[in-house]
Amino acid sequence: MKDTGHADQPVIEAKGLNLVFQTADGPVQALKDVNLTIGAGEFVSFIGPSGCGKTTFLRAIAALETPTSGTLTVNGMSPDEARRKRAYGYVFQAAGLYPWRTISGNIRLPLEIMGFDRKAQEERVQRVLELVELKGFGKKFPWQLSGGMQQRASIARALAFDADILLMDEPFGALDEIVRDRLNEEVLKLWARTGKTIGFVTHSIPEAVYLSTKIVVMSPRPGRITDVIDSPLPQDRPLDIRDSREFIEIAHRVREGLRAGHHDE
Amino acid sequence: MSLALILGLAFWLGAWATNALVARHPFGRTPAGRIFVPVLFGITLLVLWEALVRAFAVPTVILPAPSAIAGKFAESTGLLWADFVQTVLKGALSGFVIGTGAAFLAAVACDRVPFLRDGLLPVGNFVAALPIVGLAPILVMWFGFGWQSKAAVVVAMVFFPMLINVVAGLGSAERMQRDLMATWGASYWQALWKLRLPAAMPFVFNGLKIAASLALIGAIVAEYFGSPVVGMGFRISTAVGVLNIELVWAEIAVAALAGSAFYGLIALAEKAVTFWHPSQRT
Repeated sequence: MKDTGHADQPVIEAKGLNLVFQTADGPVQALKDVNLTIGAGEFVSFIGPSGCGKTTFLRAIAALETPTSGTLTVNGMSPDEARRKRAYGYVFQAAGLYPWRTISGNIRLPLEIMGFDRKAQEERVQRVLELVELKGFGKKFPWQLSGGMQQRASIARALAFDADILLMDEPFGALDEIVRDRLNEEVLKLWARTGKTIGFVTHSIPEAVYLSTKIVVMSPRPGRITDVIDSPLPQDRPLDIRDSREFIEIAHRVREGLRAGHHDE
Repeated sequence: MSLALILGLAFWLGAWATNALVARHPFGRTPAGRIFVPVLFGITLLVLWEALVRAFAVPTVILPAPSAIAGKFAESTGLLWADFVQTVLKGALSGFVIGTGAAFLAAVACDRVPFLRDGLLPVGNFVAALPIVGLAPILVMWFGFGWQSKAAVVVAMVFFPMLINVVAGLGSAERMQRDLMATWGASYWQALWKLRLPAAMPFVFNGLKIAASLALIGAIVAEYFGSPVVGMGFRISTAVGVLNIELVWAEIAVAALAGSAFYGLIALAEKAVTFWHPSQRT
């Protein structure tokens, strides 16, 4: 298993976290009493039906949403301080590449903003392009690439500045099964190589079980955590591990967790 | 049926057949073919115009023949050039640059300070609603008979359309792209420069194109309310008074050429800057 020895120094820690959205139809409790600790180097998946607050929680970690009450710390700081210290890279469901910039230009953008010098920018762009297997596509514009390639470019962009935390919000949700399998494998390799802490939102059970060291099962109305599963799967995971007994058992427990969340509505 | 009419109709039918042929031929899809068809169509209109005027002996005051206009154009190039410089280069262009530039800066200010957005947009709206024929005489009194008052009219006309376009453009970046900027810890100005201004460019060019045609109209019409003895608007109003209709048409031709060139330059710049936009991709 991945080194989780730093669990005593949590990277992300939420205690009694509540988040209420004020909408036209009145307040909506997006997160209710969320408690969670994520250690360094963990791969944590958040799974649940839409409206369960998994994306909201990820956005709160990234300081894109502000919790109503409770505490949330990232590397011991408030999420907003961590954001300004560039503690994480964020990958959204859509690639969100800027169409007026080439692939290289897109990956270079956060580096420009963070003030890396020109030489370092070039080196890092080349390195992450290789990492996501897009070498040679740097001069293309985003709209000239397939959806899967665009998403890989957006992952490269999030990796370029080498933040310790990688937050991914259904990054492969819009891609077909085959591309998705391949990218899942690549993400696992990437995680093994870089040792980053990864938060990964999904609503695919196999994806969550295949990728994670920890699976957080959530349910809606109000958004809350119903189960946290520490995966016993080994770190080295070929795709066919999904046919193993252990894998199926974990998947079963996740499914049970999701169903339980639905019953006590 | 007169000879002119027969010749004109014959040319029309011939050109029509040629265009139909070219459009079906592979040549019609080459860049040269794409220019050839509309040019031939334009020439056909001129030939028909000439033929009709001659065949029915239309009085010059009603409609002069294209050849007469072209003759007048050729013999008064010096005069037309002076009018062009006065009205287009001095009045319209300087007003266009000042007006759209000021609107651009005002839009950024509106974006930065919500208080200004709530205060400035209604004022801009109010100024845009003022009729130019009411505004122009007042601005002529304020800024004198020279091109400066024409530029002022143009500024008043182009400011608002440009302002609302740029304000809309600055708001057009997608939420996700703005969130990305936030996750990288970008400052307001970094996000403006690297994301929101590039994203606003299609809107900016829309504003510029609208402003370009308004600028020409404004500069010409404003001269009706007082000008030195030069300028396209001045020339048109005085030439009409002495029934020098060919000269009026020659000025109209100058205005049409200047307006098309102005618009074309902006469209070219737009193509270069917003090449990434779905409407520009080829």
